Amino acid sequence: MYDFEFERPQTVAEAVAALKQEDAQVLGGGQTLIPTLKQRLAMPSKLVSLGGVAELRFVRSAGGTVCIGGATAHATVAADAAAPYPALADLAGQIGDPAVRNRGTIGGSLANNDPSACYPSAALASGATIVTDRRKIAADDYFEGMFTTALDDGEIITEVRFPVPERANYQKFSQPASRFALVGVFVAQYADSVRVAVTGASDDGVFRWTDAEAALTQRFHADVLKDVTAPADDMISDLHGSAEYRAHLTGVLARQAVAAAG
Amino acid sequence: MNKVEMTVNGKPVSGEVEGRQLLVEFLREDLGLTGTHVGCDTSQCGACVVHMDGKAVKSCTMFALEAMNADVITIEGQAAEDGTLNTIQQAFQDHHGLQCGYCTPGMVMSAAALLRDNPKPSEAEIRQYLEGNLCRCTGYHNIIRAILAASGQEVAPMEVE
Repeated sequence: MYDFEFERPQTVAEAVAALKQEDAQVLGGGQTLIPTLKQRLAMPSKLVSLGGVAELRFVRSAGGTVCIGGATAHATVAADAAAPYPALADLAGQIGDPAVRNRGTIGGSLANNDPSACYPSAALASGATIVTDRRKIAADDYFEGMFTTALDDGEIITEVRFPVPERANYQKFSQPASRFALVGVFVAQYADSVRVAVTGASDDGVFRWTDAEAALTQRFHADVLKDVTAPADDMISDLHGSAEYRAHLTGVLARQAVAAAG
Repeated sequence: MNKVEMTVNGKPVSGEVEGRQLLVEFLREDLGLTGTHVGCDTSQCGACVVHMDGKAVKSCTMFALEAMNADVITIEGQAAEDGTLNTIQQAFQDHHGLQCGYCTPGMVMSAAALLRDNPKPSEAEIRQYLEGNLCRCTGYHNIIRAILAASGQEVAPMEVE
């Protein structure tokens, strides 16, 4: 990989200052960024590791909201969010493999916004708030397409706040080689609405399946989705599955998620 | 160059590294601990698994500087000083849990992490935990048997055809 400066600050303030340099890049757990650097697909002048910033690692639960520090590892979320938000913990426990979950972070996943990553579906379906070093961004305004988010250069995700739904479930059809989602569907039922977010399926990255949401808000039962079809128009087509296959999987997984959410 | 310090297998070590130097490169090239292998170098295969502060990590997918002041344990830290294999290593030998041996350091380190969190895993739990460790000899059955045995569980004798 290309050479770069490496900085390992101890506080968010120090990290923000270190990122002011041109082409500086945040390093979360590195489980995507380091392979990217090895392939010389990125050339930052400086990497600012959040590994030493203890204040960014926490899972807190209060008043119906689960708050997770931006540099919290997937394995920590899988363990510590299990009581307050089981569906979220379950999702975190399905990312990658155990060693990857010990390094990869929620902030890194959301900042990268891989179209097949798991976390974006939980954030979007939960109507989460992405808190950065400078502002709060609603999940509905945050995801702007494949590998694209509302984050500015040098902006750090410090916290993600998830309103805890009454019922929720995540169903992932895992692509066994990469362990990313071939398709993943997160369903969350709140007092006045149901939100359904789909990852792995669309060329535009994670999206809300509004037809399914409308049907489920009327009645939260898998049967109501029988005649609701996901549009295949903008779905990913690759050697792992055609757009039509992904659209079909979206419906199947959504019904499974609703059934599993009880 | 940056100075890095950590504890490896209980001994304090330090070195001068570039920012881009991977932890596995520091272990193998600077410390001469070549038991940790690089298989795929893309974080798929798990041959490079070591423990950092008690957790299994892929040492090809983190920088040496990220292990600053950490407690790192490698495959070299598993056997006793006199070379006596630990329980997991001995079980791998007893149950023929290795063929070419390339993936073995990662398998043993992942198994050690699993058994620390879950001392009596089921076969399904072992298989799921080893999702990130590939054996290209496809010797999975005996690896699973070795880990079951290392956890003190009954292992059915091999059927003779």
